[in-house]
Amino acid sequence: MISVKGLKKSYGDTEVLKDISIDIHPKEVVVVIGPSGSGKSTFLRCLNMLETISGGHVIIDGMDLADKKTDINKVRTEVGMVFQQFNLFPHKTVLENITLSPIIVRKWSKEKAEKKAMELLEKVGLSDKANVYPHSLSGGQKQRVAIARALAMEPKVMLFDEPTSALDPEMVGEVLEVMKQLAQEGMTMVVVTHEMGFAREVGDRVVFMDGGYIVEENTPQELFDHPQHERTKSFLSKVL
Amino acid sequence: MDFQFDIIREYLPYFAKGTLLTIGMSLIAVLIGLILGLLIGLGKMASNKWVRLPFIWHVNFYRGTPLFVQILLIHFGVMPLFMSPVNPIVSGIVALSLNSSAYVAEIFRAGIQSIDKGQMEAARSLGMTHVQAMWHIILPQAVKRMIPPLGNEFIVLLKDSSLAAIIAAPELMYWGRAAQGQYYRVWEPYITVALIYLVLTLSLTYLLNYIERRLEKE
Repeated sequence: MISVKGLKKSYGDTEVLKDISIDIHPKEVVVVIGPSGSGKSTFLRCLNMLETISGGHVIIDGMDLADKKTDINKVRTEVGMVFQQFNLFPHKTVLENITLSPIIVRKWSKEKAEKKAMELLEKVGLSDKANVYPHSLSGGQKQRVAIARALAMEPKVMLFDEPTSALDPEMVGEVLEVMKQLAQEGMTMVVVTHEMGFAREVGDRVVFMDGGYIVEENTPQELFDHPQHERTKSFLSKVL
Repeated sequence: MDFQFDIIREYLPYFAKGTLLTIGMSLIAVLIGLILGLLIGLGKMASNKWVRLPFIWHVNFYRGTPLFVQILLIHFGVMPLFMSPVNPIVSGIVALSLNSSAYVAEIFRAGIQSIDKGQMEAARSLGMTHVQAMWHIILPQAVKRMIPPLGNEFIVLLKDSSLAAIIAAPELMYWGRAAQGQYYRVWEPYITVALIYLVLTLSLTYLLNYIERRLEKE
């Protein structure tokens, strides 16, 4: 599904990603953890070219993002993204937030897009909020709408960039619940998060990043209970 | 103080004509300035440094030199290359438009850049092209923020159109000066002219407030 080979990313002289290689399979849930500045968010953003890549290859669904001829908008329709700050469109209603891209990018009819949107709102438990504007929603509700918005494009992969980090503690659960349900339905997911409970429960594989490298990757049980590297051990001892 | 109303009465038709021309010149200059300003604002945001350069200097020049000087340069220096005899109304409109475009360009750029980067990222991550994201997501939000400073700019332009009197464009201030010149009276013509300008700018202010409130509700 996603194949990353020798991915490098630098800003000027600062190398943020040094040499990342990983394969992510269909229906797999990969959770990326690591300290701040380890490059985990940058890595995720490289997967849909929100960051231009400085070296190596990212191949998604057979399309190489490093290839200049690749239609990046086409790739992005297959890759949904959920942001830490939600980034809902404040001048559009919840329903319009969800239907806009299917209508103008996928060229769906308004009826088809709205039907799909209502199904998704049902799924994230917000059918009654279809016609309100985002500012009247709580953080957790905003993030669930953002998830529905990304799903409306029927992506093959979903990327989550610290989706619960900007939420009040009591709202974290409702968002994680939606993500868990999504994982159970077989969505391929890459999740950058600090929620270790979620990583252990939902993740098929956990990747520990530090200093621009993947230090260690394993099943959640192995990685959390028997970390191999000193760096992983010291990180886990602080967060668990 | 003896206030000679008959001077005002005598000049009233001229003040009316001048007011209409002031409104006309300002309207045309606002429209041209707005369109030019949008294009220049876009040009200033181009990713290529050499493309940006002429737009940056357009803004630098028209914002950095007095409008009075620009009017004289355009009327006596530039316009004779295009028309003979030079029509001072046209010169006035050209100078006001160019001057206004520099300020509008900055308002436009600031409006767009004030929108959170996450909005563009979210739109692009949903597969929209840069143009689609600009049109559907960034511009509608930016335009709302641009209304108050644009309103301010329009009011400034309306008042600044009085400088066209110096090249004998027969707008409101021109007739004020004519009346002053004929009777050597200061208060009657100038206070009348000032009041008319005040009525014009206040009308514009309330119109803009109304538009702002309408947009707020949406």
